[in-house]
Amino acid sequence: MDLFLQALVSGLLRGGLYALVGIGMTLIMGVMKIINLAHGQLMMVSMYITFVCFTSLGIDPYVSLLICMPVLFLIGVIIQKYLLNPLIRVETILPENQVLMTVGIGMVLTETMRFIFTSDYKSVKTSYSNATFFLGNISFSVPLVIDLGFVTLLTWVLFWFLNKTDTGKSIRATAQDKDAAILMGVNSEKITYITFGIGSALVAAAGALLIPIYYLFPDIGGEFTRRAFVICILGGLGSTVGAIFGGITLGLAEAFGATYVAMEFEDVIGLVIFILVLLFLPGGFRRLIKI
Amino acid sequence: MVKKAVPFIALAALLVFPLVVKSDYYQHLMILVLMWVVIGSAWNLIAGYTGQVSFGDAAFFGTGAYTAGLLVTKLGWSAWWGLFFGGITAVLIAMPFGWICFRLRGAYFALATLALNEIMRHIATIWEKLTYGMLGILIVQTFASKLPYYYISLALAVISLITVRLVMRSKYGYYFLSIREDQDAAESMGINTHHYKMISLVIAAALTGVAGALYMNYMGFIDPHVVFSLHDISIMAILVGIVGGVGTQYGPAVGAFIMVAVQELFRTGGYGLISKLAKASGSETIISLSEFITKAHVMGFGILVVVAILFLPNGVVGDWNKITRLVLQKKIKGG
Repeated sequence: MDLFLQALVSGLLRGGLYALVGIGMTLIMGVMKIINLAHGQLMMVSMYITFVCFTSLGIDPYVSLLICMPVLFLIGVIIQKYLLNPLIRVETILPENQVLMTVGIGMVLTETMRFIFTSDYKSVKTSYSNATFFLGNISFSVPLVIDLGFVTLLTWVLFWFLNKTDTGKSIRATAQDKDAAILMGVNSEKITYITFGIGSALVAAAGALLIPIYYLFPDIGGEFTRRAFVICILGGLGSTVGAIFGGITLGLAEAFGATYVAMEFEDVIGLVIFILVLLFLPGGFRRLIKI
Repeated sequence: MVKKAVPFIALAALLVFPLVVKSDYYQHLMILVLMWVVIGSAWNLIAGYTGQVSFGDAAFFGTGAYTAGLLVTKLGWSAWWGLFFGGITAVLIAMPFGWICFRLRGAYFALATLALNEIMRHIATIWEKLTYGMLGILIVQTFASKLPYYYISLALAVISLITVRLVMRSKYGYYFLSIREDQDAAESMGINTHHYKMISLVIAAALTGVAGALYMNYMGFIDPHVVFSLHDISIMAILVGIVGGVGTQYGPAVGAFIMVAVQELFRTGGYGLISKLAKASGSETIISLSEFITKAHVMGFGILVVVAILFLPNGVVGDWNKITRLVLQKKIKGG
């Protein structure tokens, strides 16, 4: 029973972070209708920024959220404005050019980081990295609990932004029906890069929150890109609420898989879920909750 | 008239190439080019002509390669049987996958192929009893010389180009195109889209599997990260297709040549030219700059992806008129 509860707790805590990764991706998916395969790589960049802030400037990872979120927002805006938007105007046979472009961007990001920091494993060891507290027999990792707080806060801010502000409403309108939004006077091009910026900033936050308990090397991005698209498919492409459920489900599945099946199957589980969802629940949780 | 003769002239040139160029290095590069012609044509059939973009060609490629390797290590057969069985096993992977995933469209299908790629790599890594996991498979190559490999690759490349050509000239070709252009319209005209997408995928998977088996025979060593690589195989296949020209007959052949040349150019730093020039110049900064360029070859490759998609979305063959127009205009302006 303790083992079960332990897996449940660590899965939930991790799932919160995954949700943050997934929300960013699903926002981009919803508005631009493209899959951002550079998503994990953006997270990796943010992790390196946090790493540099910590090792050379001594800034705590949680404080460096204030640095890496704006930086990644900017990177996201630049990517969307100068690399992805021009592709819309180009006439091609295949509509997947933008997706392929994100793969290229991901490669450039990974290699740039490998060039600067080499392929060595790095980690940020803060005083609280290994801190835990116990409730009964269940251990809670302190950084993960703090992370969950941040995740809740950021998600709340995001929902407030999407529901209450003009820009947020424009984003939702563009996601629902781009042509209608343009007719209503929404500057859809501006919306696309703001959305990409927000998506990048969210994944940047996930990176900075994760770094105290994780390790870091340039190829880590691919792992999280994969998780992000599994979450998106799970939640239903374009659904932010779905992404939260998707993230938590993936976190739980990984935790239980690692506990009850075998450690090395952790990565495979996400992919198996992916195929199962495509088979039995195409459209993801979105179909169940209608959000 | 001239245009029709180009493929035959190219073929004749390729036939005499190894007799003229004796360098092992260039023969090796040409073998790779020919292998990529096979993979690129296969990708072009499913993605370029049928419109189902695959991000997971490595799944079929690796399956073919592992089939060839396992025939040697487990059954003691010749790895050349892999050219036959590699294609078959790739089809065996492709059939259930296609049956399940062809109900998905566009980006969803692309993601599913990506997942297939990852799943196959994980299986090859984890199932150590069968695949030796990360140790990989090492076999003894049959020939010391590169000549036999060259002609076998050439034959396969020609076969795959002819296959695609024949398929596209048949009734099936028109069905594939109609699916690419408008799936719903095709369906409403009474075309069983699921069925024809499967046929397209099966042909593509078979060709890719054969290319994988060829790789195993030629290289003599594989491991999961080499043959199931997302970047080096799956993305490279897409690039070969896109740079050459999506949905064109000879696009993949041109794309394969360009991509292998460019990859090698980046990898060797302009075939060692950059570092030589830098040393000749004697300047410290230029030498370090040349080292920088050589070290950053994968980055250069990534930048190339970005540039190719931005400026040559229909590939060299597809945008040939655009390119010639640009060049001609410059000439007119210059003259």
